[in-house]
Amino acid sequence: MLIRLESRGGPSRWWAYGSPVLALVLTLVATAIIFAALGKDPGRSLYTYFVAPLASATARPELLVKAAPLVLIAVGLSLGFRANVWNIGAEGQYTLGAIAGGGVALFLPESESSLLLPAMIIAGALGGMTWAAIPAFLRTRFNANEILTSLMLTYVAQQLLIYLVVGPWKDPEGYGFPQSRLFQDAATSPIIVPGTRIHLGVLAAFIAVALGWLVLKKSAIGFQFRVIGAAPRAARYAGFNETRLVWLLLLLSGALAGLAGLFEVAGPVGQLTPQISPGYGFTAIIVAFLGRLNPVGVLFAGLVLALSYLGGEAAQIELGMPNAVTGIFQGILLFFLLACDLLILYRPHLVRAKPIEAVP
Amino acid sequence: MTGDSGQFVAALLTIISASTPLLLAATGELVTERSGVLNLGLEGMMLIGAIVAFATAVGTGSSTLGILAGMLAGSAAALIFAVLTLQFLANQVATGLALTIFGTGLSALIGSGYVGRGIEPLPRLYLPVLSNLPVIGPILFGQDALIYASFILLAGCSFFLYRTHAGLALRSIGESHDAAHALGYHVVGVRYLATLFGGAMSGLSGAYMSLAYSPSWSEGMTGGRGWIALALVVFATWRPARLLLGAYLFGAIAILQLYIQAWGWPIPSQFLTMLPYLATIAVLVLISSDRARVRLMAPACLGKPFYAAG
Amino acid sequence: MTETASSLRAAASANTESEAAKPRPPLLELGGIEKRFPGVLANDDVALAIRPGEIHALLGENGAGKSTLVKIICGVLTPDAGTIRWQGEPVEIVNPAAARRLGIGVVFQHFSLFDGLTAAENIALGLAEAGQRRNLKRRIAAISVEYGLSIHPDRAVHDLSVGERQRIEIVRALLQDPKLLIMDEPTSVLTPQEVEQLFVTLRRLASEGRAILYISHKLEEITALCQRATVMRLGRVVAECDPRRETARRLAELMVGGELKTPQRQKSPDRHAAVRLAVNGLSLRSEERFGTDLDDIDFAVAGGEILGIAGVAGNGQGELMAALTGETLAESAAAIVIDGTPAGRLGPAARRLLGAAFVPEERNGHGAVGEMTLAENAFLTAHRRLKLVRHGLIDERGAANFADAVIRRFDVRTSGPTAKARSLSGGNLQKFIVGREILQKPGVLVIAQPSWGLDAGAAAAVAQALLDLAEAGAAVLIISQDLDEILSLCDRIAVIHHGALSAARSVHEVTAEEIGLLMGGVSSAPQDEAARAHPA
Repeated sequence: MLIRLESRGGPSRWWAYGSPVLALVLTLVATAIIFAALGKDPGRSLYTYFVAPLASATARPELLVKAAPLVLIAVGLSLGFRANVWNIGAEGQYTLGAIAGGGVALFLPESESSLLLPAMIIAGALGGMTWAAIPAFLRTRFNANEILTSLMLTYVAQQLLIYLVVGPWKDPEGYGFPQSRLFQDAATSPIIVPGTRIHLGVLAAFIAVALGWLVLKKSAIGFQFRVIGAAPRAARYAGFNETRLVWLLLLLSGALAGLAGLFEVAGPVGQLTPQISPGYGFTAIIVAFLGRLNPVGVLFAGLVLALSYLGGEAAQIELGMPNAVTGIFQGILLFFLLACDLLILYRPHLVRAKPIEAVP
Repeated sequence: MTGDSGQFVAALLTIISASTPLLLAATGELVTERSGVLNLGLEGMMLIGAIVAFATAVGTGSSTLGILAGMLAGSAAALIFAVLTLQFLANQVATGLALTIFGTGLSALIGSGYVGRGIEPLPRLYLPVLSNLPVIGPILFGQDALIYASFILLAGCSFFLYRTHAGLALRSIGESHDAAHALGYHVVGVRYLATLFGGAMSGLSGAYMSLAYSPSWSEGMTGGRGWIALALVVFATWRPARLLLGAYLFGAIAILQLYIQAWGWPIPSQFLTMLPYLATIAVLVLISSDRARVRLMAPACLGKPFYAAG
Repeated sequence: MTETASSLRAAASANTESEAAKPRPPLLELGGIEKRFPGVLANDDVALAIRPGEIHALLGENGAGKSTLVKIICGVLTPDAGTIRWQGEPVEIVNPAAARRLGIGVVFQHFSLFDGLTAAENIALGLAEAGQRRNLKRRIAAISVEYGLSIHPDRAVHDLSVGERQRIEIVRALLQDPKLLIMDEPTSVLTPQEVEQLFVTLRRLASEGRAILYISHKLEEITALCQRATVMRLGRVVAECDPRRETARRLAELMVGGELKTPQRQKSPDRHAAVRLAVNGLSLRSEERFGTDLDDIDFAVAGGEILGIAGVAGNGQGELMAALTGETLAESAAAIVIDGTPAGRLGPAARRLLGAAFVPEERNGHGAVGEMTLAENAFLTAHRRLKLVRHGLIDERGAANFADAVIRRFDVRTSGPTAKARSLSGGNLQKFIVGREILQKPGVLVIAQPSWGLDAGAAAAVAQALLDLAEAGAAVLIISQDLDEILSLCDRIAVIHHGALSAARSVHEVTAEEIGLLMGGVSSAPQDEAARAHPA
């Protein structure tokens, strides 16, 4: 038996939404099999992983806290991916946002000004933008592939962060740990829902979703993003300036990633350490795809992947499961999603294999 | 042997061992890309290859079995990629990224019990008399088997691509899959094989990392070498001979870090660690800025999905 | 089926009966072939019989199902139903290799050659068995000499002329000693002289007992070359005949299924109208992989005039089009002048604001975005001139209204402005794109391959729209490989070869032979300097 594909003649609207749901279900099945292979009870593991974090009232707001950086980054990435601008280095831009924004607080240790946090936010966005401007410059000026350059810069950013927290920015009272001092109150994001850890970054994520949707679906510039991705030649023919669009998209996604980094260190983390990100920049790539490269979809996808982080932590504590399971879950989810997306354009058929020989 | 030549030999030996994983992975990816498939999942396949090779070598006590298992694991990972992109027509860029994320997670899961364990490094092949020759002895005749293998495989791939009919067919599929299909070539079948070969080579490269380069396992131990290997293929403009040059250039940069530190220059080690990544960017910029050349040399169908109506 | 068609068929079968004394089955016989694609029945109960030594025409408009049938015969597609007999025996042709083993050789319409490889490598790729590839260069040389097909085995294909590329394909097919040679639209890219040369080779092959299936929509060629013809329309066989006994007009009516209407021009262009599009000494290096550099191109088109640029494919037409639209910029502003404004350094959007409009050759992916709706595609090029952006946001209703106007005025068959561009047939999409550009009331229209791939109805509609636009005072430039199209629509003609353009001449003054020589790169007789100095 062979699987044979028949073109639907156009994308199926139903499967455009059905595919991520099917992928999610298949991923849960696959994850259950992995749990079983690790010698854990699949039922209990799945519960710990995916249900328990939602069941407790204290954990639910945590979902938003974890989702905020993912959504912020993924909104920027999804606009870029639509236009074939493959910014894979959001992790590096996130790090630079944290360094630049956090740096403002560290340079003004005495400041209790109410302008300090806004200044940090601006610095964070600028930091991410600066880091993304490098691949933008290299692609538009030298034709260098932004996948590789932005990714290489992620490693560079990580080294820069380590250098700072073990070197000039090291906390003198930190018992030699590689970390900066804790930020003062004025440099910390206020809690916007009392009794939770929901910080300004969560609000920023919601704003990013709304603005991202408006830009992509309703604005003339968003139209240009969509055209350049769907038909680059048509974009040139229409007179859209590719160089300008690449710059715009990389700066935008860099700024959002930088903001995510800043809100994370000014919020839940509270200082600079080498471990400010559990791979948010990479996970956001999955969020963008799972959300159909659509800002509203990204919001839901961000919550799903935030759950995988929370579940991963819970499973580590309660079941002694290695943290790496989260990465596997994310990878498998993206695999299944990519496979299921086939259903949008093609209708699979099972056919009996035909003999190859023709001559009588 | 004088002290100077001893130092020179030592430097050269380190360059060779730092270059080998890049050369192995890039050779495989070059063949894959010449067939028109862009697999960005090198890093993931290398990590899977590294941990499976290490675990097998620890478990069986045989590094040969470890190497074979690493190659097999690398091609198994590549098979996932091949099914998704060739059968399910998934976007190759996205699938490659997924493979890297998955490979990083899977290797960390398998490797959680192996962190901190050591293993005997791959034995160096010792040839009586020849290996005792000054300078060239240890360089030419005192290496481990995988280093020789990296040269043989590169030469073999070059011969295959340019001197055999099957190699010509593979190149033609990368050049124009529609024309090759019309002539009756199995586009998807050839691409499967090329992708699996690329996976096996990445697995081999990972095995070299965990069995010879630093005989141990640590999470993410390939440190971006898969991505550097990808950049090397561009640097080589898809020609095997230039791959050798590129890989050894990077090996030399990696060694430079060690020497700068040894010479006591006041540069923080983090900045030295950045060197290979910055060099990768520099090299990419240098090659890519000649747009016409890259366009001329790149396989015309690289990264494009093939769907045969019928 | 028309009455005439059935009588033709009756005549054909009577002819067969008279030969019944000598029971020799056809070389290839197809019956009841059916092939369905989503939304289209490409082949419906198709029958076809080809005898050894016969040059058999397969005739039909674009979209009639010829290509599908050819792909079935050479194993690229498998039919949904029907029988195939080869020398009387039923066979199943499951892949191209199986077709080759039977003795079927193909020369494709869009040549299946690899640009980056040499001629010899390309030929080797067509030979499945190692034995066939032994002494290849010597055998290539032998066949080249025997059939007068000169080729250079060691040169990369991208360096070769279109005619030589076709010769490579023919040599590749002949090396397998085929009994049936399929030629799919072989002359569409050749100069008239190359066509003559090809016919000599084909007659020679037929005289050796090989059958040739000759697919074309060029009727003069078929009446000159073929002994039998099968005519297809909308996926069905509508007639079989002996083309030598039919007129070209009669064949055309069979093919189109009705009376032909030729587009009419009401009045001749004004001799004193101002130049609206001028190109002065335009030279450009190509950015394409195996492109052609433009070499000092000069021409001018006046208001009310239609200028045609003819030439064999790949001689710089794509590069010229890109330079005119602004997708690639000229080195100086003065190289391209639109309505008196130097525009060589302006991008496409700025040129549109000057009153220029463009219709590229490729409709899906260049002239329109397949995944987007017609309203969005209307917005694509019209948003500046029609001011469809407010405060950075898209005026969705304005775009939909404009798309609707295009659909009505140009009779685009579609469900409405929300239909995806991809869902339209080639002809309807072309009508939409042409309409979108024309309804922006351009002073200059540049259009590449206006009727390429269109059925006769759509082609006539597009042609009429271009004539009307010129009459309204616009300058129209047509870049086309279809000489007939240029001769029937244009006032003057120039020929592009290796990126250089000949002087424009009035279509009434030049002969087909002169144009053919220019297309082949042979300079024409002493140039008419007066005509060059004062166009039209």
